[in-house]
Amino acid sequence: MELTEQIELYLKGKMTTEELRDFEALRVSDPLLDQKVVAHENFLNQIKEYGEHRKLVSEMNAIHERLDVASLRTEVMPLSALVRILWAKYRINAAVAASVAVLAVFATLFSTGFFAKTSAIHSDNIALRREMSREINNKVQRSKNEILKNIKASSKIPADPAMFGGTGFALTTDGYVITNYHVVRDADSVYIQNTDGDLYKAVTIYSYPAYDIAVLKVTDPGFKSLKPLPYGFKRSIADLGEDVFTYGFPKDDPVYTKGYLSSKTGHSGDTTEYQVDISVNPGSSGGPLLDSKGNIIGVIKGKSSNTDGASFAIKSGYLLEAIESIPKESLDKKLILNSKNTLANLSRKDQIKKIQNYIYMVKVY
Amino acid sequence: MSREIKRSEPTDSEVILGILNGSKDILEKLYKAYFPMILQLVVMNNGTEDDAKDVFQESVIVLYNKVKSGNFELSSKLKTFIYSVCRRLWLKRLSYKSRNSGSLQDFEETLPVEEDIEQHEEKDKQLRQMEAALGRLGEPCKTIIEDFYINNKSMQEICIKFGYTNADNAKNQKYKCLQRLKKIFFQT
Repeated sequence: MELTEQIELYLKGKMTTEELRDFEALRVSDPLLDQKVVAHENFLNQIKEYGEHRKLVSEMNAIHERLDVASLRTEVMPLSALVRILWAKYRINAAVAASVAVLAVFATLFSTGFFAKTSAIHSDNIALRREMSREINNKVQRSKNEILKNIKASSKIPADPAMFGGTGFALTTDGYVITNYHVVRDADSVYIQNTDGDLYKAVTIYSYPAYDIAVLKVTDPGFKSLKPLPYGFKRSIADLGEDVFTYGFPKDDPVYTKGYLSSKTGHSGDTTEYQVDISVNPGSSGGPLLDSKGNIIGVIKGKSSNTDGASFAIKSGYLLEAIESIPKESLDKKLILNSKNTLANLSRKDQIKKIQNYIYMVKVY
Repeated sequence: MSREIKRSEPTDSEVILGILNGSKDILEKLYKAYFPMILQLVVMNNGTEDDAKDVFQESVIVLYNKVKSGNFELSSKLKTFIYSVCRRLWLKRLSYKSRNSGSLQDFEETLPVEEDIEQHEEKDKQLRQMEAALGRLGEPCKTIIEDFYINNKSMQEICIKFGYTNADNAKNQKYKCLQRLKKIFFQT
């Protein structure tokens, strides 16, 4: 301890001249002492340096505290880099936010039925096939016994209620019937029912999907040949404003409706169709469209869901084109179309009386 | 791309004199003049504001040690020296964090400063060792040593501060503390 004391006094230069001389003489003569002095000096220097270092750091920290680093930062950063750094920092958040937003938008649109609506807009052309099974299902329980009774009475009537219904009209007297292709599409079996309620089995002998035309042939042996058809087929284009009427089966009993021809093109400008201002309903599909003189000018096909009073009918010219393209093998003999119109000068009531026996409800199972 | 940073800079000889005299004023001028440059360097190269602060302060320490040890020749601008040291230090940290393959977006010209940094690291190691030793020494020894050897307080002041009955007791205590500090320091 004494020694350390002395060394420190020596290092601080606080010795008297006499002491200093003695000590230095001692250092020279005693290398061990000399070593100790040097080691102690070094160590004290290290402590001092540490102290200075700490002082410097604390001073710098104090200066740093006083700096406005945020504003310096915006000053030294080019704007693009700022954006880039913000982007790097927040892109995950942005991505999550964006996907949540997209999800929310689509979920909302979906839940509010937006997509259902748009698809309705895209296909606003409603085919007028009548879904009978749904109506009849409600009556099934009530009519079960009747049906059973019917089966006993006449086995030729199918037990199940019809799936779909449409309208058809006679093409010739020997059992060829015109209806829409969409009425008999995917059919297991087809029956036609006349105004008197007689049911006949029929088969689809030809279909022309492009014009939505199907030709049925009655195969039922009970079917008797008809008297000559009262109506003819118009080959030329009918005129705008022409009074027209139709007769069909949107329900179980025949319905007559009338209207006028409003456009020479149909759904989305389809030139194979007329647009007709006439009220038609599911079940009317396949019904004949007649002019005031009793010529068939078209076949009722569908209506627009978003335009008022726009029903569509296939032009008779295209109907005839479809008929002419029936291959010969499908026919028993050549089709002879009626050209003599016996309705021309009759009142509407008499016209209907005359045509009603030639128009059928088409039942599809 | 980079913006010109204009700031009033102290002259280099002014700074060196200030460092030798331990002038606080000069330190502040130095800090304000050059910190923005380093902030730009670090922040534009994947660093944060705190990284910039650390790197810059370290470079100032390097400068101080170099000047105080007397072997600082004013062969280039101080600004360039500080920038080069910071650049080197930041590159090291980046490679340590393996965020960078050794290239930086530069804003200033640079000097070779590897030697200075090696010396600095050596010194830094010793300083940390001293800090740790003092930390392990515990009170009241730590304060006695710091007061006497760093803050240059007299034995009388220490005696009063710690309530020793006479200066001899205090001296005795100081001696024991110093012995223990040496022991801890050289052990590690």
